[in-house]
Amino acid sequence: MIPSSFEYVAPTSVEDALAALAEAGDEGKVLAGGQSLLPVLRMRLNAPEKVIDLGRVEGLRGIREDGDTIVIGAMTTHDEVANSELVKEHAALLAKATAEVADPQIRHRGTLGGAIVHADPAGDLGAPVLALDAEMVIAGPGGERTVAAKDFFTDLFETAVGDGELLTAIRIPKHTGWGAHYEKFVRVAHQWSIVGVAATVKADGGTISEAKIGLTNMGSTPLRAASVEAALAGKSASDVADACSSAADGTNPPSDLNGDADYRRHLATVLTSRAVAAAAAG
Amino acid sequence: MTRITVTVDGAKYSDDVEPRTLLVHYLRETLGKVGTVVGCDTSNCGACTVHLDGRSVKSCNVLAVQVDGHEVTTIEGLATEAGLHPMQESFHEHHALQCGYCTPGMIMQAIDVLNTHPDPTEEQIRLGLEGNLCRCTGYHNIVKAVAAAAKAPGAAAVSSSKVGD
Repeated sequence: MIPSSFEYVAPTSVEDALAALAEAGDEGKVLAGGQSLLPVLRMRLNAPEKVIDLGRVEGLRGIREDGDTIVIGAMTTHDEVANSELVKEHAALLAKATAEVADPQIRHRGTLGGAIVHADPAGDLGAPVLALDAEMVIAGPGGERTVAAKDFFTDLFETAVGDGELLTAIRIPKHTGWGAHYEKFVRVAHQWSIVGVAATVKADGGTISEAKIGLTNMGSTPLRAASVEAALAGKSASDVADACSSAADGTNPPSDLNGDADYRRHLATVLTSRAVAAAAAG
Repeated sequence: MTRITVTVDGAKYSDDVEPRTLLVHYLRETLGKVGTVVGCDTSNCGACTVHLDGRSVKSCNVLAVQVDGHEVTTIEGLATEAGLHPMQESFHEHHALQCGYCTPGMIMQAIDVLNTHPDPTEEQIRLGLEGNLCRCTGYHNIVKAVAAAAKAPGAAAVSSSKVGD
């Protein structure tokens, strides 16, 4: 199938994009990398009257250092994030999770900002962004505001980005020297996570001093495994299974053709244990 | 209609397209480049893979208007008067196809794999082809063909950006 007809605009600045968005109102849809939006348009699950392409907006793409923070433009592709030396050094968890997104062709087009705002609970990037305590920079008619990742994901496919607003950048506090691992469970290559666990760990001489863990597809939004994080502090990196047994506490995973909720709860504990062990090992 | 100017397989084209036109349909129906095929129409199978500014993309998942001002290489742009591209040659040598429907996309993605990993491990080849499905399940010979192409004389020239120069 092909999408239904729409009007196309390709603004070259954030200001022009916001103006186009305001003019389009409810009938507008923002196009980032398009790797989730185009399938939706093709299947006609959505039929916007106007598509606003951010692909030609200057300044939304690229990765830079800003003091204790790494700043990633919303239109930076997955391929750029996964291969960035800055991200690998200071936010290794995001680099590793991004390398697991879909397949190479999708990673060449798909963007961090697009994936985050799409907010598919089975998407791989919400969990690492949440675990790394990122901040989202949102531009709107009234100027710019910043929202913490923990307040950003509000529901299934819903975020704090309001009508007439755009996510412009993701700011990630440096986690230099932290071990990291993203453990993704799928049955078929390049598919959505059934469950995924994003773990980053600060370990010193074989002892974990701090751990941050995000869960993919264990509820309508990405979640932190807070009780596991607390239980891991001070634990030996070689013996994490007990501390990880509470990974599914407080979660509300879906039941679907890939597995029921109990299966996902079990998976979460197993995958968290694996992810933490791998993260602690480097 | 929106006016776009695109370089495809080394030649420049200007056309008026509907914004909803997918790149794969522009290539096939407007330019007649039917070597790039539509497989699944859901962005899963990778049969429609082409290179956009030297990197592989699924052309059913890109709008033609998005490539305005950019450069596209399709399977039809690989061979030269001197002969087949080394990757095409290797697929031929290793019988890396059964029905052949996935082959255009497989070859385009295989070239991208070698651009990323000039001396790939088998795992890197398999992961690199993760987004390309062969429903004949003829994967083993495809992996062999890519590994052999990496070792073939002139393997470093396995780059779509060289095509059409």
